[in-house]
Amino acid sequence: MHRSVHPVVSQFPMLLVGCVALLLGWTVIGLAGLVRPRSVLLTGRLLFPLGALLGLALAVLAGASLLGGGVERLVLPVGLPNLPMHLRLDPLSSIFLVLLGASSFGISLFAGGYFRVGEGTAPGLLCLQYHLFLAAMGLVLIADDAYSFLVAWEVMALSSYFLVTTQHRIPEIRRAGFIYLLMAHVGAICLLLCFGVLQGGSWLFTFHAMRAAHLSLGWATAAFGLALVGFGAKAGLVPLHVWLPEAHPAAPSPVSALMSGVMLKTAVYGMLRVGLDLLGRPVWWWGLAPLILGLLTIVYGVLFAAVQTDMKRLLAYSSVENIGIVFTGIGLTIVFAGSGLHVLAALALLATLYHCLNHAFMKSLLFLGTGSVLHATGERNLGRLGGLIHRMPWVAWLTLIGVLAIAGLPPLNGFVSEWLLLQSFLFTGHLPHAFVNLLIPMGMALVVLGAALAGYVMVKFYGVIFLGQPREASLARAHDCGWLERIGLTWLALGCVALGLFPLQVIRALGAVTHQLIGAVVPQASSHWWLLAPVPGRPVSYEPLVFLTATLAVVLMTVFAVRLTYRQRVRRGPAWDCGAGGLTARMQDTAEGFGQPIRHLFQPFFEIERELPEPTDRAPRYRIAVRERIWRLVYEPIVGAVEGLANTAARLQRGRISVYLLYSFVTLLVLLAVALLK
Amino acid sequence: MSAIDWITQVLEVVAAVAAAPAFLGWLNQCRAWLQNRRAPSLWLPYRNLRKLFHKEAVIAEGASPLFRIAPYVVFGTMVLAAGIIPSMGTRLPLVGSADAIALVGLFAAARMFMTLAAMDVGTAFGTLGARREMMVGFLAEPALLMVIFVASQISSSTALPVITDHLASGRLGLSPGLAFSAVAFILVLLAENARIPVDNPATHLELTMIHEAMVLEYSARHLALMEWAAQLKLFNYVCIGFALFLPWGVATGHIGPMGLAVAIPALAIKLAVAGAGLALIETLSAKMRVMRIPEFLGTAFLFAVLGLLVHVLLGT
Repeated sequence: MHRSVHPVVSQFPMLLVGCVALLLGWTVIGLAGLVRPRSVLLTGRLLFPLGALLGLALAVLAGASLLGGGVERLVLPVGLPNLPMHLRLDPLSSIFLVLLGASSFGISLFAGGYFRVGEGTAPGLLCLQYHLFLAAMGLVLIADDAYSFLVAWEVMALSSYFLVTTQHRIPEIRRAGFIYLLMAHVGAICLLLCFGVLQGGSWLFTFHAMRAAHLSLGWATAAFGLALVGFGAKAGLVPLHVWLPEAHPAAPSPVSALMSGVMLKTAVYGMLRVGLDLLGRPVWWWGLAPLILGLLTIVYGVLFAAVQTDMKRLLAYSSVENIGIVFTGIGLTIVFAGSGLHVLAALALLATLYHCLNHAFMKSLLFLGTGSVLHATGERNLGRLGGLIHRMPWVAWLTLIGVLAIAGLPPLNGFVSEWLLLQSFLFTGHLPHAFVNLLIPMGMALVVLGAALAGYVMVKFYGVIFLGQPREASLARAHDCGWLERIGLTWLALGCVALGLFPLQVIRALGAVTHQLIGAVVPQASSHWWLLAPVPGRPVSYEPLVFLTATLAVVLMTVFAVRLTYRQRVRRGPAWDCGAGGLTARMQDTAEGFGQPIRHLFQPFFEIERELPEPTDRAPRYRIAVRERIWRLVYEPIVGAVEGLANTAARLQRGRISVYLLYSFVTLLVLLAVALLK
Repeated sequence: MSAIDWITQVLEVVAAVAAAPAFLGWLNQCRAWLQNRRAPSLWLPYRNLRKLFHKEAVIAEGASPLFRIAPYVVFGTMVLAAGIIPSMGTRLPLVGSADAIALVGLFAAARMFMTLAAMDVGTAFGTLGARREMMVGFLAEPALLMVIFVASQISSSTALPVITDHLASGRLGLSPGLAFSAVAFILVLLAENARIPVDNPATHLELTMIHEAMVLEYSARHLALMEWAAQLKLFNYVCIGFALFLPWGVATGHIGPMGLAVAIPALAIKLAVAGAGLALIETLSAKMRVMRIPEFLGTAFLFAVLGLLVHVLLGT
């Protein structure tokens, strides 16, 4: 928005070339998988860990670029003649590349231990699709013209489509893949149109030309709206989120992790790139659309997460909620930036970016955790799990970190970004628009309601899978995950802890991005490296390290005090069964039961199908299915209309050559008439 | 930070831990008097804790390590919360480490561990209690945050000591926004601490209980820690109420012996009055059906949002 920011262009784009080399490396690794497509040893033990290392290298390179704060450009003469590929590495690209590299390191290591033979697509082919997916996401982030961007975007969509349909023999999975592909293309069309508007009549499709183009307010607004729909469809913004709860459960867990943790963030990247960079100075009321849609998405996502009975579907809806938080942040950023409140805009942007980073780590961790559970038990249904903390301690305890983080509990990372977002809401003070001033408290209320409900969802998720008694006898055979999986999970859990404990260091690094996009950085009031205080002059602080130390100290002191004073032994006994006897695992709350209060309270949101047993039934059966109303209200009419239109158009197609000749003849006559009349 | 600040900080925490059972004892006494019963001793909660600590602990066969860790975590978080809330002075070393949002996060962490521990053994009661506790929590927590946000909008900070300083130095009357949020806060306090209209602390009837259902599997020292943590939670909530709505007597600025000499009796008097007030509310109201609780808390949430809107509208 501020053209005054002239980034330094270095002589030789060393870091950018390095990044391109790493993306090529991913492609080569993928192709290498085809050498022996059935060999698990080659792909799992060699290629995936190698790809993980490339991811780590990418994170390091992009991190160096972020800390340097410079901009690097590169023009590669590939593609169509006269249409070379423009690449650019700036702070905004760098932070998302760090996200991609760092979280893919953990996910790829896990994937190395996860993919086995006999599950649909051969491992070698999976390896190719997986690494192409990674490389395409990387290319999306460094593309500097609309062609490269859209090509990378499509490769990303297609490779992930094939990954989603890994188990293509199952009809539901094929259907999920179809919905995903459809939504991806609806989004892509909007993006195509958006870039068409953005070039502003110059017919130059480099991002550099788009920044320089002058658009009228109407066209700029149209471009913003198209970008919101296009990127919103990819990110899962309500009502365009419908593919998410279908595709995430269908995909293998590392792919779900990658899609939810990283791919959704490429859409956020695109939104930031178009909204705050290519369009120049945003108009404040543009921000209201992402703000309101984001708030709606938070509540919608978390409510549906609370009533799910499939663990991966639950996580998919939780991703919808988190994308809502991110878009709320984007909306606030635009409202502030358009109103000239630059420091506040920088704070809101910081919260947005921070939440993207957090979500990449915590949601990947949770998805991979469900992957291990799925491998060990073959169950995705929460009603058939339980008690796995005894059988799979590694997965259970590492997942607990992710659960606490995503529930937004201090001192882990989820809390930091929610704290920053709430601070930017609270510091709003007096915007020059009375209406928005009233909207802000309502928005804040929805954000905190969403955060509290996320806690509900996570207790349900963790409690039903890992705690309690096993609900099926077969769970006794469950085994813990292998060593590669453990390393991957540990890496992601460590990421959650580190992002929670050292927010100031992260915020300093993010300063380059806010400087690039807003032209302001959030000044640090304090010189203490452990003290997080967003805005000077407002005495607010949060010290995660002190917080953790104090909590640990108090807890340990309690433990020692109690241990030293009271040495009574601990005896194991059966659980209290009210003296009635016969306590079975079936008496625990099920996932349906745990979601019941939410289902009851927010009934109008859900379309509930209930099958209640009769008193006379020999084999009583209780079944409940919760669907989204949105299918019936929005999507089914659209599908009907499209089908109707297609059927009408199909009448032209008679299948008789004489009719087609008649069409040509009539067309010729009409054209002649037009030509004559002119 | 001078030595006296640290001493006050430690004193504040120790006082909270030590006085929390007495506050519950006082509340029970007042309630008994109001209900024409013979009052139990003020020291009954202490004797109860002592008894529990001396018993042999029995743990259910299917319990995981999480079950044994949880009481310590819950108790520890409540002790830390007592250090963060400015109940005696506002210039204490620990208060900078967490603002009001982090404090609510701390309470949420305690709740999370408690509910997870309740689900750990896998009995019907435990999961039922956990579910109900989360149902209370997901509405009470945002309501509490909104209450705090009203106060923080007035003092333009979410740090509790700053809020208390600001409100203590201001005029005596409540601002309209704050009045709405005070009502919301009382409702949240009753719900969060399992008091009468929401939960009955004296019941063991499965249809109505929330908190008791969660700790049903605990015994001996683990139960003692859970009980003590619950008493501390009540104490902490009341102190948050004082910090937001009745900040008088709290030592602002650098605390000295004189400041303490005012702050401690002031706190004691406020606690005595608050205990009597809570007893009155509990005597006058009846236990609600479980599915009515969301309406009760929804009212609290709406009141808090209304408070914030009123504050924004009046622009004070």
